[in-house]
Amino acid sequence: MGLDLKNPLVPSASPLSKDIGAVKALEDSGASAIVVYSLFEEQIKHEAEEYEHFMSYGTESFAEALNYFPEQNEYFLGPEEYLNHIRKIKETVSIPVIGSLNGISKSGWMKYGKLIEEAGADGLELNIYQVAADMNKEGSTIEEIYVRDLKAIKSLLKIPVAMKLSPYFSSMANMAKRLDEAGADALVLFNRFYQPDFDLDNLEVVPNIVLSNNWELRLPLRWLAILYGKLKASLAATSGIQTHYDVIKVMMAGGDAAMICSELLRNGTIRIKEILGGLEKWMEENEYDSIDMMKGSLSQKSVADPAAFERANYMKALNNYKMN
Amino acid sequence: MIRNKVTIDGNEAAAYVAHKTNEVIAIYPITPSSGMGELSDAWSAEGNKNIWGTIPSVSELQSEGGASGAVHGSLQSGSLTTTFTASQGLLLMIPNMYKIAGELTSTVFHVSARSIAAQALSIYGDHSDVMATRQTGFALFCSGSVQEVMDFALIAQKSTLESRVPFLHFFDGFRTSHEVIKIEQLTDDDLKAMIDDMFVFEHRARALTPEKPVLRGTAQNPDVYFQGRETVNKYYNACPEIVESAMDKFFEITGRRYNLFDYIGDPDAERIIILMGSGAEAAEETVNFLIGNSKEKVGIVKVRLYRPFSAKHFLKAIPKSVKSIAVLDRTKEPGSLGEPLYLDVVTAISEAMGSDNPPFNKIPKIVGGRYGLSSKEFTPGMIKAVLDNLKENEPKNHFTIGINDDVTHTSLSFDSSYKTEPEGTITAMFFGLGSDGTVGANKNSIKIIGEETDNYAQGFFVYDSKKSGSTTVSHLRFGKKNIKSTYLIQEANFIGCHQFTLLDKFDVLRNIKDGGTFLLNSQFTKNEVFSKMPKKVCEQIVNKKLNFYVIDAYKVAKETGMGSRINTIMQTCFFAISGVLPREEAIEQIKKAIKKTYGSKGDEIVKKNYEAVDKTLANLFEVSENEKIISSNELPPIVSDKAPEYVRETLGKIMEGLGDEVPVSQMPVDGTFPTATAQWEKRNIALEVPVWDPEVCIQCGKCAMICPHATIRIKAYSEKELANAPASFKHTTAKGKEFEAGTEYSIQVAVEDCTGCGLCVEFCPAKNKREPKLKAINMAPQIPLREQEKINWDFFLNIPEYDRSKLNIASVKGSQFLQPLFEFSGACAGCGETPYVKLVSQLFGDRTVIANATGCSSIYGANLPTTPWAVNKEGRGPAWSNSLFEDNAEFGFGMRISIDKHREYAIELLRKLSDTVGIELAAEIIDANQNDEAGIFEQRKRVELLKEKLAKDNSSEAKHLSTLADYLVKKSVWIIGGDGWAYDIGYGGLDHVIASGKNVNILVLDTEVYSNTGGQMSKSTGFGAVAKFAASGKPTAKKDLAMMAMNYGNVYVAKVAMGANDLQCLRAFLEAEAYNGPSIIIAYSHCIAHGINMSKGNENQKLAVDSGYWQLFRYNPELTMQGQNPLKLDSGPGKIKFEDYAYKENRYKMLTKSDPENARKLLELAQADIIERRKLYEKLASDINK
Repeated sequence: MGLDLKNPLVPSASPLSKDIGAVKALEDSGASAIVVYSLFEEQIKHEAEEYEHFMSYGTESFAEALNYFPEQNEYFLGPEEYLNHIRKIKETVSIPVIGSLNGISKSGWMKYGKLIEEAGADGLELNIYQVAADMNKEGSTIEEIYVRDLKAIKSLLKIPVAMKLSPYFSSMANMAKRLDEAGADALVLFNRFYQPDFDLDNLEVVPNIVLSNNWELRLPLRWLAILYGKLKASLAATSGIQTHYDVIKVMMAGGDAAMICSELLRNGTIRIKEILGGLEKWMEENEYDSIDMMKGSLSQKSVADPAAFERANYMKALNNYKMN
Repeated sequence: MIRNKVTIDGNEAAAYVAHKTNEVIAIYPITPSSGMGELSDAWSAEGNKNIWGTIPSVSELQSEGGASGAVHGSLQSGSLTTTFTASQGLLLMIPNMYKIAGELTSTVFHVSARSIAAQALSIYGDHSDVMATRQTGFALFCSGSVQEVMDFALIAQKSTLESRVPFLHFFDGFRTSHEVIKIEQLTDDDLKAMIDDMFVFEHRARALTPEKPVLRGTAQNPDVYFQGRETVNKYYNACPEIVESAMDKFFEITGRRYNLFDYIGDPDAERIIILMGSGAEAAEETVNFLIGNSKEKVGIVKVRLYRPFSAKHFLKAIPKSVKSIAVLDRTKEPGSLGEPLYLDVVTAISEAMGSDNPPFNKIPKIVGGRYGLSSKEFTPGMIKAVLDNLKENEPKNHFTIGINDDVTHTSLSFDSSYKTEPEGTITAMFFGLGSDGTVGANKNSIKIIGEETDNYAQGFFVYDSKKSGSTTVSHLRFGKKNIKSTYLIQEANFIGCHQFTLLDKFDVLRNIKDGGTFLLNSQFTKNEVFSKMPKKVCEQIVNKKLNFYVIDAYKVAKETGMGSRINTIMQTCFFAISGVLPREEAIEQIKKAIKKTYGSKGDEIVKKNYEAVDKTLANLFEVSENEKIISSNELPPIVSDKAPEYVRETLGKIMEGLGDEVPVSQMPVDGTFPTATAQWEKRNIALEVPVWDPEVCIQCGKCAMICPHATIRIKAYSEKELANAPASFKHTTAKGKEFEAGTEYSIQVAVEDCTGCGLCVEFCPAKNKREPKLKAINMAPQIPLREQEKINWDFFLNIPEYDRSKLNIASVKGSQFLQPLFEFSGACAGCGETPYVKLVSQLFGDRTVIANATGCSSIYGANLPTTPWAVNKEGRGPAWSNSLFEDNAEFGFGMRISIDKHREYAIELLRKLSDTVGIELAAEIIDANQNDEAGIFEQRKRVELLKEKLAKDNSSEAKHLSTLADYLVKKSVWIIGGDGWAYDIGYGGLDHVIASGKNVNILVLDTEVYSNTGGQMSKSTGFGAVAKFAASGKPTAKKDLAMMAMNYGNVYVAKVAMGANDLQCLRAFLEAEAYNGPSIIIAYSHCIAHGINMSKGNENQKLAVDSGYWQLFRYNPELTMQGQNPLKLDSGPGKIKFEDYAYKENRYKMLTKSDPENARKLLELAQADIIERRKLYEKLASDINK
């Protein structure tokens, strides 16, 4: 997306980036850039309301207690807090810092992209997180939201914009093309929708974040491989990157960056250093001079059997399974 | 010089000068002075400097006694030091005030004068507190308006530095401290011009310092103490002139002229009133009116410097023509010849008349009167009555004005309709709920008018005695002339009623002028509204020819995402209709104010408010004449005709807002009231109420246990009782082997008393398996259920209570069949304290005496008109009293030793009379086992038998024993209060009482802040929590009161959180009561001051326990005697992080918004503290036996 990265390993948006110390540790460990945790549209909208609610709840009702909290003249809600954090990260690290906006509606939340830019971010990841549960909403409408929001934010910003995508488009390739044409500087494949779990004791639906595993890399790998070489936008894979082998696969599929998150949450920031070490060692052992050399080498356009990424591969897989 | 015009209240005016002219401020919160300390703290936190360029240090102490000690110490060390207080707080400062004055130390105490607790506590204003300090040697300096508060604060500061006499600068609590009005703000230059640094240097030079050591505070003996006391005379003699010259200087600087005694009125007046404080403003307005309209020869003297009292200046102020004088005191000194100011005036004039140069040809008649106690209204009609009294040949002396004393007939009658407000003053009243933001919007309106136009503007706000569903009445005046009307609006040009339901509760239009404007927030359209309003309101609108407007503000609020906040909408309507400002300009100003108020909190809120403003006008409709068809809706009675006479005749009047009409004869002589009165005050404040689903219910009793307002009741009863049950009355078969076949079970909700908090729903563990969003208790709109459930409730009440002796009260389920004897309190909806209080009443209420510390629990427990403390069908119930804030443990201790003495004497008498009453009965009574309900039941029967026998015995001993026999039934003493009391102001006493070994039970309702006075930090406040005086997060850990109590070894100690573990909580209460020695239960009480969703308070409690922050345990010394470890930990180590609990509460979370770095640091410290404390407790729980 136009950012000069020293290696392909980029920590994706996660709670790790809430702590300046952890961000510094990521840089020290070798991260080539950092995507800061997401600023949520809901946070922009509701945090101020919630703060105002609790500051004013019960006030001016009883003569002895006209309010309950000291007046805070200076405080930072959602966006301000986030922007301050971006500024602090920029002051702390020298690697590129990518802000992240997460939302869905068409209201004015995207102007915060501009503020993120002004706070010093080197890039922006736009995460249009939508579970298409509305039976009256057609697929084309949802697709249009992505294109609309991307265009809107591109018109506001000078810094590059990456689109984090859902894997559930009916025509992923077409969607990638449309976003590419709309000006996306990068596509990040894919968003993981957190699936809620059921608590049978309490008969409740509960949020249950499960960290990704490397089998989940297959999906982005396939699409990287299909899209590689067909778009102007850079490509990044996210979900399931745990080892240097996964990074190599991403590169060979045609990715420009391998986004890592769960592995860091699970085993610490040092994993970047270890993965990079493993990558270097593997490249040395396998006589690769550079990442460029492997990039896209197993993409659809480069492999001997391009159908491997399409329906034919499905048949082959089934046959193999039967044979086993 | 151009000075800012600001629209502020009296507290802010005083604090403004105090903060700028002091270096050290030591305070303790007390209504109505708390605002001064809070503002000072906020200003220092913001880095605001005093006129010498340094930020004053602000400290909160543990009591006013402590604050005054700190002030004394700071002064002795040379800092310019001040404090703010009132009422009981000022009384606690008296010992130090003597010291400070005796040592001729310059300081100004700013006091928002307030009633002293006598027959009752009152938070409102009079001069009782200040008058109690007359002997201390402090100069007493009184201001009567907000402008004067600012001005006199400065004059006092200058005067104290120059005279060395300490000053008590006072103004009327609430009337002045809380009146919002436009004034001219003094500048730093003004302040600097007034304060001569030379005197600051001299003050500093008197500091104790090892560089120049001196000794102060000696003990003196009969030989010299007297002479030493007389040394100060010359300073007091010089003081009035110093103040006068300060006033001269002030006049030079500001152009505002003040004198020690200001005369206002006819230069040849014959009748004058002498008074001080805010009443003098109304008196000034009245005499000016009388002079202007009827040329009456009247006047007033405003006393400014009351001590030292300068007779010379006083006499100079009074016209020679005066023939009669009324001296008004805003205090009462029972048994005196007259109140203090009266006596001073009599002395000054009689001494002067006896001199060689008498000031009058003939000594004027002087009468004294009392007015305005506890902010009683003081109106032009009353002032005129006082002046009219002076026309009499024998004017009534020692009179009262403003009340109807039909007992000793002291009161003057007065014309309540008499009005003197200057023409052109626009008056507006607004009736709203605390929760709808009415007061906030009105404060905003005053600021807009005061600061954006050349109008004067005044606002005063009347609040409710209840904390839930509370109503507010705002009184606003605007006009081109300076406003001196220090009384509520008598006749309004405009009345806004922000809640339709208030039309049923108050005579909203009582004060509206003919031809005035009435704005109603109505869910009914302009075509429907007349048919829905009470008939009386319709008639008032028609008869008074009112312009009547309606708006459905809740609809507009909903459409614009404002939720239930209708403040901006109603404010817009007011400006649009009233014409105070041109409509466009008003809207622009409202938007400006919105931006100013919410700007920093995010564009979204500003946007919503703007939208609400814009949508308002399209939804505002005038009701046309042809739509004004009077309805036949009669107003519902305020009190049921089934209520006892006292409730109907007296308390009912207070409920109706007509308490001013209650005559002296209807008030108890000693402050004693009947209990069980809250049941008659049907407030109907809940929008939604719980509805029971018997199919889903598992009959666990949790809903009733957690209900803060005792509106969910459970009974088990014979199915025969259902014979006449209303058709909609719900019941099911009682579950459990303890019930005989044919036992039915009902949960009934008192929908008219419910606050709709929803805690019961959250706490209910039973889910509807087919639709898990539903539970065994679900919320539903109240209005459709009201009539049906009123009938069901009455039926339910008549079902007999289950036999207490047959219940397993050690189970949550069993305990909740016990009748609560604490019901329908006015505590906040979802209160975290009251479930514990109610539990005490259920378990032990029929034999309990309660000592209650001042605070939330004393307010919701005993703020008139009614009390939630109730009685059972035998007429027994908790006997309750409140002494003070600071002495509650000792108060309860006194109750215990008295009860024990009664019992001891009763047993002595019983032994002596054993032949008469029967040895067997006497022995049974003396040896009775009263450790359970059955034992107590049996003992009661024996005592009744004893009484019957004693009735036949005429001996003195039998008569004595008759009066003491009830003490032979076990009595329980519960000492109840909040953390402000237990951890801070009352800790010394609490410590002593638990060390005494006496059998008292102490319940600490721990909200971790001073809740009642608005969330000031206590020593119970947790690490990192934001509170007033801890705006940057409390930097130290919560005091471990439990550990301190356990240290004694013989104290039963428990920490409980009902919302986290109700059974452990119940056990603790039972064990505390059973333990024959001191017990203390520290109960986690979620609170509105935590910034939480109150309907989920139990979840916060659970999180507090799960995080390890709030450990549950019981320390029972009896176990030691059984060779066991007395400490049982009832909760495990933290299983979630502290932040997962803390950041669910605004008190913690807000620091992450204002100071994220500090928040993180304090969070880490708090987490580490939790771990360390846990280790210690685990060690104690495991090691003690080794």
